[in-house]
Amino acid sequence: MKTNLRLLAKELGLTCLAGDAFLDRTIEGAYVSDLLSDVMGKANAGMIWITSQVHRNIVAVSSLKELSAIIVVNERPVDPVVLAHAEEEEVVILSSGLPAFETAGLAFNLINDN
Amino acid sequence: MPWYNADLHIHTCLSPCGSLEMSPRRIIARACERGLQVIAITDHNSTRNVQVCMECGAAADIMVIPGCEVNTQEEVHCLCYFPHLEALEQFQEYLDRQIFDIPHDAGRFGYQVAVNADEQIVFEESRSLFTGIRDGIEALEKVVHDLGGVFVPAHIDRQVYGLLSQLGFIPQELACDALELSRRITPVAFIRSHPELEGRGFLQSSDAHRPEDIGSLHTRFQMEQAGWDYFRKALLEQRFEAMNVPPVKKDGGW
Repeated sequence: MKTNLRLLAKELGLTCLAGDAFLDRTIEGAYVSDLLSDVMGKANAGMIWITSQVHRNIVAVSSLKELSAIIVVNERPVDPVVLAHAEEEEVVILSSGLPAFETAGLAFNLINDN
Repeated sequence: MPWYNADLHIHTCLSPCGSLEMSPRRIIARACERGLQVIAITDHNSTRNVQVCMECGAAADIMVIPGCEVNTQEEVHCLCYFPHLEALEQFQEYLDRQIFDIPHDAGRFGYQVAVNADEQIVFEESRSLFTGIRDGIEALEKVVHDLGGVFVPAHIDRQVYGLLSQLGFIPQELACDALELSRRITPVAFIRSHPELEGRGFLQSSDAHRPEDIGSLHTRFQMEQAGWDYFRKALLEQRFEAMNVPPVKKDGGW
Protein backbone atom coordinates (compact mmCIF):
# COMPACT_ATOMS: atom_id res chain seq x y z
CA MET A 1 0.00 0.00 0.00
CA LYS A 2 1.25 3.48 -0.81
CA THR A 3 1.86 5.80 2.09
CA ASN A 4 0.08 9.12 2.47
CA LEU A 5 1.03 12.61 3.61
CA ARG A 6 -0.53 12.20 7.05
CA LEU A 7 1.67 9.19 7.88
CA LEU A 8 4.72 10.92 6.40
CA ALA A 9 4.11 14.03 8.52
CA LYS A 10 3.72 11.89 11.66
CA GLU A 11 6.82 9.75 11.08
CA LEU A 12 9.09 12.66 10.07
CA GLY A 13 7.68 15.17 12.58
CA LEU A 14 6.60 17.59 9.85
CA THR A 15 4.41 20.61 10.49
CA CYS A 16 1.64 21.34 8.00
CA LEU A 17 1.79 24.99 6.90
CA ALA A 18 -0.86 24.86 4.17
CA GLY A 19 -3.37 22.42 2.70
CA ASP A 20 -4.11 20.30 5.77
CA ALA A 21 -7.42 19.28 4.16
CA PHE A 22 -5.42 17.19 1.66
CA LEU A 23 -3.23 15.06 3.92
CA ASP A 24 -4.87 11.85 2.69
CA ARG A 25 -3.05 12.24 -0.65
CA THR A 26 -0.87 9.27 -1.48
CA ILE A 27 2.85 9.61 -2.28
CA GLU A 28 4.20 8.26 -5.55
CA GLY A 29 7.85 9.05 -4.89
CA ALA A 30 10.00 12.07 -4.12
CA TYR A 31 12.21 14.64 -5.82
CA VAL A 32 14.86 16.87 -4.23
CA SER A 33 15.83 20.12 -5.94
CA ASP A 34 16.03 23.87 -5.35
CA LEU A 35 15.92 24.77 -9.04
CA LEU A 36 12.31 25.25 -10.08
CA SER A 37 13.08 24.77 -13.77
CA ASP A 38 14.59 21.38 -12.87
CA VAL A 39 11.47 20.36 -10.92
CA MET A 40 9.27 21.50 -13.82
CA GLY A 41 11.27 19.26 -16.14
CA LYS A 42 11.89 16.17 -14.02
CA ALA A 43 9.38 15.72 -11.18
CA ASN A 44 6.29 13.58 -11.73
CA ALA A 45 2.70 13.82 -10.52
CA GLY A 46 2.12 12.50 -7.01
CA MET A 47 5.68 13.08 -5.86
CA ILE A 48 6.64 14.98 -2.74
CA TRP A 49 9.15 17.74 -3.44
CA ILE A 50 11.89 18.39 -0.88
CA THR A 51 13.40 21.89 -1.17
CA SER A 52 14.77 24.95 0.60
CA GLN A 53 13.11 27.27 -1.93
CA VAL A 54 10.32 29.35 -0.41
CA HIS A 55 9.58 31.72 -3.29
CA ARG A 56 5.87 31.85 -4.23
CA ASN A 57 6.60 30.23 -7.60
CA ILE A 58 6.90 26.89 -5.72
CA VAL A 59 3.10 26.88 -5.43
CA ALA A 60 2.58 27.25 -9.19
CA VAL A 61 5.18 24.58 -9.98
CA SER A 62 3.63 22.14 -7.50
CA SER A 63 0.16 22.79 -8.89
CA LEU A 64 1.33 22.50 -12.51
CA LYS A 65 3.09 19.17 -11.88
CA GLU A 66 0.30 17.89 -9.60
CA LEU A 67 2.79 17.11 -6.87
CA SER A 68 1.58 15.53 -3.66
CA ALA A 69 3.23 18.10 -1.37
CA ILE A 70 6.15 20.48 -0.94
CA ILE A 71 8.42 19.83 2.04
CA VAL A 72 10.39 22.93 3.01
CA VAL A 73 13.50 21.91 4.96
CA ASN A 74 15.45 23.46 7.84
CA GLU A 75 12.29 25.17 9.12
CA ARG A 76 12.81 27.90 6.54
CA PRO A 77 10.15 30.58 7.13
CA VAL A 78 7.48 30.72 4.43
CA ASP A 79 5.75 34.03 3.72
CA PRO A 80 2.03 34.08 4.73
CA VAL A 81 1.19 35.32 1.20
CA VAL A 82 2.75 32.14 -0.21
CA LEU A 83 0.81 29.98 2.27
CA ALA A 84 -2.48 31.71 1.41
CA HIS A 85 -1.75 31.16 -2.28
CA ALA A 86 -1.05 27.48 -1.56
CA GLU A 87 -4.40 27.10 0.24
CA GLU A 88 -6.18 28.58 -2.81
CA GLU A 89 -4.38 26.23 -5.17
CA GLU A 90 -4.88 23.17 -2.92
CA VAL A 91 -1.12 22.78 -2.59
CA VAL A 92 0.17 21.13 0.59
CA ILE A 93 3.23 22.72 2.22
CA LEU A 94 4.92 20.81 5.04
CA SER A 95 7.84 22.07 7.11
CA SER A 96 10.75 19.88 8.21
CA GLY A 97 13.07 20.77 11.08
CA LEU A 98 15.81 18.68 9.47
CA PRO A 99 18.15 19.47 6.57
CA ALA A 100 17.32 18.14 3.09
CA PHE A 101 19.57 15.05 3.34
CA GLU A 102 18.03 13.77 6.58
CA THR A 103 14.50 14.65 5.44
CA ALA A 104 15.01 12.81 2.15
CA GLY A 105 16.62 9.80 3.90
CA LEU A 106 13.71 9.35 6.31
CA ALA A 107 11.16 9.86 3.52
CA PHE A 108 13.00 7.34 1.31
CA ASN A 109 12.82 4.65 4.00
CA LEU A 110 9.16 5.33 4.72
CA ILE A 111 8.11 5.32 1.07
CA ASN A 112 10.02 2.10 0.32
CA ASP A 113 8.83 0.28 3.46
CA ASN A 114 5.19 0.93 2.66
CA MET B 1 17.46 61.20 -32.07
CA PRO B 2 21.00 59.85 -31.55
CA TRP B 3 21.91 56.31 -30.53
CA TYR B 4 24.28 55.61 -27.65
CA ASN B 5 26.36 52.46 -27.22
CA ALA B 6 26.02 51.01 -23.74
CA ASP B 7 27.55 48.14 -21.77
CA LEU B 8 25.51 47.93 -18.57
CA HIS B 9 27.08 44.95 -16.82
CA ILE B 10 30.71 45.44 -15.82
CA HIS B 11 32.47 44.09 -12.73
CA THR B 12 35.44 45.75 -11.05
CA CYS B 13 38.20 44.35 -8.84
CA LEU B 14 35.68 44.54 -5.97
CA SER B 15 33.85 41.47 -7.28
CA PRO B 16 35.62 38.31 -6.09
CA CYS B 17 35.49 36.92 -9.63
CA GLY B 18 36.63 40.23 -11.19
CA SER B 19 40.25 40.54 -12.30
CA LEU B 20 42.48 42.84 -10.24
CA GLU B 21 43.13 44.58 -13.55
CA MET B 22 39.54 45.84 -13.48
CA SER B 23 40.45 49.17 -11.91
CA PRO B 24 38.25 52.19 -12.63
CA ARG B 25 40.99 53.75 -14.76
CA ARG B 26 41.42 50.61 -16.89
CA ILE B 27 37.68 50.15 -17.28
CA ILE B 28 37.15 53.71 -18.53
CA ALA B 29 40.15 53.50 -20.87
CA ARG B 30 38.85 50.27 -22.35
CA ALA B 31 35.32 51.65 -22.68
CA CYS B 32 36.74 54.61 -24.68
CA GLU B 33 38.73 52.27 -26.94
CA ARG B 34 35.65 50.17 -27.59
CA GLY B 35 33.44 53.11 -28.54
CA LEU B 36 31.11 52.88 -25.56
CA GLN B 37 29.39 56.06 -24.40
CA VAL B 38 27.43 54.63 -21.49
CA ILE B 39 28.52 51.94 -19.02
CA ALA B 40 27.22 50.66 -15.70
CA ILE B 41 29.30 49.33 -12.84
CA THR B 42 27.63 46.26 -11.35
CA ASP B 43 29.66 44.45 -8.71
CA HIS B 44 28.24 41.55 -6.72
CA ASN B 45 26.32 42.74 -3.63
CA SER B 46 28.41 45.92 -3.26
CA THR B 47 28.61 49.41 -4.72
CA ARG B 48 31.87 50.59 -3.16
CA ASN B 49 33.79 51.05 -6.42
CA VAL B 50 31.09 52.98 -8.24
CA GLN B 51 31.85 56.58 -7.25
CA VAL B 52 35.47 56.47 -8.41
CA CYS B 53 34.35 54.93 -11.73
CA MET B 54 31.86 57.78 -12.16
CA GLU B 55 34.60 60.33 -11.52
CA CYS B 56 36.97 58.66 -14.01
CA GLY B 57 34.08 58.39 -16.49
CA ALA B 58 33.17 62.08 -16.19
CA ALA B 59 36.76 63.04 -17.00
CA ALA B 60 36.61 60.90 -20.16
CA ASP B 61 33.08 61.93 -21.21
CA ILE B 62 31.64 58.47 -20.51
CA MET B 63 28.35 58.25 -18.67
CA VAL B 64 28.69 55.81 -15.76
CA ILE B 65 25.40 54.55 -14.33
CA PRO B 66 25.71 53.57 -10.66
CA GLY B 67 24.64 49.97 -10.24
CA CYS B 68 24.95 46.62 -8.51
CA GLU B 69 24.40 42.95 -9.35
CA VAL B 70 22.52 41.56 -6.38
CA ASN B 71 22.24 37.85 -5.62
CA THR B 72 18.80 37.31 -4.02
CA GLN B 73 17.70 34.74 -1.45
CA GLU B 74 16.68 32.48 -4.35
CA GLU B 75 20.15 32.95 -5.89
CA VAL B 76 18.81 34.95 -8.82
CA HIS B 77 21.24 37.61 -10.05
CA CYS B 78 19.54 40.98 -10.58
CA LEU B 79 20.97 44.16 -12.07
CA CYS B 80 19.97 47.28 -10.15
CA TYR B 81 20.61 50.74 -11.60
CA PHE B 82 20.27 54.03 -9.71
CA PRO B 83 19.75 57.68 -10.67
CA HIS B 84 22.52 59.19 -8.53
CA LEU B 85 25.04 58.58 -5.76
CA GLU B 86 22.61 59.50 -2.96
CA ALA B 87 20.27 56.67 -3.97
CA LEU B 88 23.26 54.37 -4.33
CA GLU B 89 24.47 55.21 -0.82
CA GLN B 90 21.06 54.34 0.60
CA PHE B 91 21.15 51.11 -1.35
CA GLN B 92 24.59 50.30 0.11
CA GLU B 93 23.16 50.78 3.62
CA TYR B 94 20.44 48.29 2.67
CA LEU B 95 23.06 45.84 1.35
CA ASP B 96 25.09 46.12 4.54
CA ARG B 97 22.03 44.93 6.47
CA GLN B 98 21.22 42.29 3.89
CA ILE B 99 24.44 40.38 3.33
CA PHE B 100 25.33 37.51 5.62
CA ASP B 101 28.40 37.76 7.80
CA ILE B 102 30.21 34.90 6.06
CA PRO B 103 33.99 35.48 6.05
CA HIS B 104 35.47 35.85 2.58
CA ASP B 105 38.30 33.53 1.53
CA ALA B 106 40.34 35.63 -0.90
CA GLY B 107 42.73 32.73 -1.60
CA ARG B 108 39.93 30.60 -3.00
CA PHE B 109 37.53 33.15 -4.45
CA GLY B 110 39.66 36.18 -5.33
CA TYR B 111 40.18 39.64 -3.85
CA GLN B 112 37.33 42.02 -3.00
CA VAL B 113 38.98 45.42 -3.04
CA ALA B 114 37.90 48.99 -3.73
CA VAL B 115 40.53 51.29 -5.21
CA ASN B 116 40.98 54.97 -5.94
CA ALA B 117 41.62 56.62 -9.30
CA ASP B 118 45.35 55.95 -8.86
CA GLU B 119 44.67 52.21 -8.44
CA GLN B 120 45.60 52.18 -4.77
CA ILE B 121 43.55 49.89 -2.54
CA VAL B 122 41.35 51.92 -0.18
CA PHE B 123 39.00 49.22 1.13
CA GLU B 124 38.83 45.45 1.38
CA GLU B 125 35.50 43.72 1.98
CA SER B 126 35.89 40.95 4.57
CA ARG B 127 32.40 39.48 4.10
CA SER B 128 31.67 37.19 1.17
CA LEU B 129 29.96 39.14 -1.61
CA PHE B 130 29.08 36.01 -3.50
CA THR B 131 26.24 34.43 -1.50
CA GLY B 132 22.55 35.30 -1.67
CA ILE B 133 21.24 38.17 0.46
CA ARG B 134 18.51 37.80 3.10
CA ASP B 135 15.71 39.30 0.96
CA GLY B 136 13.84 37.54 -1.82
CA ILE B 137 13.61 38.92 -5.36
CA GLU B 138 10.29 40.78 -4.92
CA ALA B 139 11.53 42.59 -1.80
CA LEU B 140 14.68 43.64 -3.66
CA GLU B 141 12.67 44.89 -6.63
CA LYS B 142 10.58 47.12 -4.33
CA VAL B 143 13.67 48.56 -2.63
CA VAL B 144 15.21 49.41 -6.03
CA HIS B 145 12.04 51.04 -7.33
CA ASP B 146 11.47 52.95 -4.06
CA LEU B 147 14.93 54.49 -4.56
CA GLY B 148 13.95 55.56 -8.09
CA GLY B 149 16.06 52.83 -9.67
CA VAL B 150 15.70 50.40 -12.53
CA PHE B 151 15.41 46.62 -12.00
CA VAL B 152 16.65 44.08 -14.56
CA PRO B 153 17.05 40.33 -13.85
CA ALA B 154 20.48 39.32 -15.21
CA HIS B 155 21.32 36.65 -17.82
CA ILE B 156 17.90 35.00 -17.52
CA ASP B 157 18.82 32.34 -20.10
CA ARG B 158 21.69 30.94 -18.00
CA GLN B 159 21.45 27.59 -16.23
CA VAL B 160 22.86 29.07 -13.02
CA TYR B 161 21.93 32.25 -11.13
CA GLY B 162 19.27 33.16 -13.70
CA LEU B 163 15.63 33.97 -13.02
CA LEU B 164 14.29 31.14 -15.18
CA SER B 165 16.61 28.41 -13.86
CA GLN B 166 16.03 29.32 -10.22
CA LEU B 167 12.31 30.16 -10.30
CA GLY B 168 11.06 28.35 -13.43
CA PHE B 169 9.21 31.37 -14.81
CA ILE B 170 8.92 35.11 -14.22
CA PRO B 171 6.65 35.78 -11.22
CA GLN B 172 3.60 37.83 -12.30
CA GLU B 173 4.02 40.38 -9.51
CA LEU B 174 7.65 41.11 -10.34
CA ALA B 175 8.05 44.53 -12.00
CA CYS B 176 11.02 44.04 -14.33
CA ASP B 177 11.98 47.12 -16.34
CA ALA B 178 13.80 44.91 -18.85
CA LEU B 179 15.39 41.44 -18.99
CA GLU B 180 19.06 40.73 -19.65
CA LEU B 181 20.23 37.90 -21.89
CA SER B 182 23.74 36.42 -21.75
CA ARG B 183 26.19 36.51 -24.65
CA ARG B 184 25.28 32.89 -25.43
CA ILE B 185 22.01 33.74 -27.17
CA THR B 186 20.29 36.43 -29.23
CA PRO B 187 16.84 37.85 -28.40
CA VAL B 188 15.40 36.25 -31.56
CA ALA B 189 16.70 32.79 -30.63
CA PHE B 190 15.59 33.24 -27.04
CA ILE B 191 12.02 34.14 -28.04
CA ARG B 192 11.84 30.97 -30.12
CA SER B 193 12.14 28.89 -26.94
CA HIS B 194 10.21 31.36 -24.75
CA PRO B 195 7.38 32.74 -26.92
CA GLU B 196 5.54 33.87 -23.77
CA LEU B 197 8.17 36.61 -23.38
CA GLU B 198 7.62 38.14 -26.82
CA GLY B 199 7.34 41.92 -26.56
CA ARG B 200 9.55 42.21 -23.47
CA GLY B 201 12.63 44.40 -23.71
CA PHE B 202 15.94 42.53 -23.75
CA LEU B 203 19.33 44.00 -22.88
CA GLN B 204 22.71 42.50 -23.66
CA SER B 205 25.95 43.51 -21.98
CA SER B 206 29.39 42.01 -21.61
CA ASP B 207 29.25 40.89 -17.93
CA ALA B 208 32.95 41.73 -18.15
CA HIS B 209 35.30 40.37 -15.51
CA ARG B 210 38.49 41.22 -17.50
CA PRO B 211 39.36 44.43 -19.38
CA GLU B 212 39.37 42.67 -22.77
CA ASP B 213 35.73 41.62 -22.28
CA ILE B 214 34.38 45.16 -21.90
CA GLY B 215 32.16 46.06 -24.85
CA SER B 216 32.39 42.55 -26.36
CA LEU B 217 28.64 42.99 -26.87
CA HIS B 218 26.40 45.96 -26.17
CA THR B 219 22.93 47.49 -26.22
CA ARG B 220 22.27 50.69 -28.10
CA PHE B 221 19.84 53.24 -26.67
CA GLN B 222 18.07 56.02 -28.50
CA MET B 223 18.18 59.04 -26.20
CA GLU B 224 17.95 62.82 -26.52
CA GLN B 225 21.24 62.96 -24.68
CA ALA B 226 23.31 60.94 -22.21
CA GLY B 227 21.67 61.27 -18.80
CA TRP B 228 19.73 59.21 -16.28
CA ASP B 229 16.25 60.57 -17.11
CA TYR B 230 16.79 60.02 -20.83
CA PHE B 231 18.18 56.55 -20.18
CA ARG B 232 15.23 55.57 -18.00
CA LYS B 233 12.75 56.95 -20.53
CA ALA B 234 14.43 55.10 -23.40
CA LEU B 235 14.37 51.91 -21.35
CA LEU B 236 10.71 52.17 -20.38
CA GLU B 237 9.69 53.11 -23.93
CA GLN B 238 11.81 50.27 -25.30
CA ARG B 239 13.91 52.55 -27.46
CA PHE B 240 16.89 50.20 -27.34
CA GLU B 241 18.30 47.28 -29.23
CA ALA B 242 20.42 44.39 -27.90
CA MET B 243 23.46 43.83 -30.11
CA ASN B 244 25.35 40.57 -29.73
CA VAL B 245 28.49 42.24 -31.16
CA PRO B 246 30.93 44.99 -30.11
CA PRO B 247 29.99 48.56 -31.04
CA VAL B 248 31.52 50.12 -34.14
CA LYS B 249 33.36 53.31 -33.35
CA LYS B 250 32.73 56.09 -35.82
CA ASP B 251 35.58 58.29 -37.11
CA GLY B 252 35.59 61.93 -36.15
CA GLY B 253 33.51 61.69 -33.01
CA TRP B 254 29.83 60.94 -32.58
